[in-house]
Amino acid sequence: MQQTRSVEIGTGLFVLLGMSALFFLTTQTTGGDRFSADDTYEVEAYFENVGSLKARAPVAMSGVTIGRVTSVTFDAERLQAKVTFEIDSQYGTIPDDSDASILTSGLLGSQYIGLQAGGSEDSLEDGSEIFFVQDAIVLENLIGKFLVSSGGDE
Amino acid sequence: MKSAVRDIYNNVFEFVRTFGAFQLFFLRLIRHSPRMLMRRPGLVIKQIYNTGALSLVIIMVCGFFVGGVLGLQGFANLARFNAEDSVGAVVALALLKELGPVITALLFAGRAGTALSSEIGLMKATDQLSAMEMMAVNPVRRVLVPRFLGGVIAMPMLVAIFTCVGLFGAHVVSVDLLNVDVGAFWQQMQLSVDMDDVQEGIFKSIVFGIVASLMAVWEGYNAIPTAEGVGRATTRTVVITAIAVLIFDFMITAIML
Repeated sequence: MQQTRSVEIGTGLFVLLGMSALFFLTTQTTGGDRFSADDTYEVEAYFENVGSLKARAPVAMSGVTIGRVTSVTFDAERLQAKVTFEIDSQYGTIPDDSDASILTSGLLGSQYIGLQAGGSEDSLEDGSEIFFVQDAIVLENLIGKFLVSSGGDE
Repeated sequence: MKSAVRDIYNNVFEFVRTFGAFQLFFLRLIRHSPRMLMRRPGLVIKQIYNTGALSLVIIMVCGFFVGGVLGLQGFANLARFNAEDSVGAVVALALLKELGPVITALLFAGRAGTALSSEIGLMKATDQLSAMEMMAVNPVRRVLVPRFLGGVIAMPMLVAIFTCVGLFGAHVVSVDLLNVDVGAFWQQMQLSVDMDDVQEGIFKSIVFGIVASLMAVWEGYNAIPTAEGVGRATTRTVVITAIAVLIFDFMITAIML
């Protein structure tokens, strides 16, 4: 009797473990938000072109991740892409004339937002907008410009 | 000359016959399966414990180190392109689609398949199966079907656990030791892994579970009832399962791509 009991407990634990592993794989590897900062404030910026920037991409300043992109949407009134991102509250003294550019980490890496500090006395706060922006560099446009400028040389 | 031709003929004939017997054996197991599952679930649970729960240690240890080495290799090679953020995506896809199901199936053949076939082979060698037949108990239904079902049910669970532990190992190596950004690790993974990839892994684990359990039970049941025969059957279980799993893996991947 004791033996079948321990077999049943072992099997139950094993099946539960398997089920929860399956649940973890289907939910955690395929979606969800993993940014772990308790206290954040939200900032927005409008871009002509965001390239392949997606929600959950990092926001970095001097190469250090200080926040995450929360949403990338299209603003039909301004006809621009609206990017909202949250920044960890411990970095609360970023000047409000800082500029945001969409950069690529490495040759094949993902795109992220790089912030560059300005010189203003006031700092960014919840809901403020960054006015100085630089769009993502799209390779096709770059090649197009290069072809046009080299054509005019003759 | 004539006898050589006859030998070849006999061998081919014997191969075809064995193959046919194997198919019929599979159908017999399938036919008895639902009734066994309904009427004697205790027997099946015992076998899930034997094949699944007792394989947990080897599965988890191997999973951790496979994930860890993937993280290490992925980091070292992606760092050349400054793309070490993608290490999460690389590890997750490799584990979910290929390494999880395949390595688990190979470990399963080594840990549980050999135990099954030697157990059944020894039962046959000591005439326990004949004794059951004398008592009007069908040994296929009483002995083979619960072991087959136990393996089939345990395998997808083992694969899921292996993959999770592997991801944990990769996380430890790349995030905690090599300082890949936690957010980038998970973001890249979630961007590139689709539900299709998870489904492919689950489908493979079900197929491999059937293949590995079927081979173990078949080899044990058809073992020559001597000490040497049981040993040979055990060896053949591992060899044939490994070959079959890798061939099936290639075919499933080719179909699903």
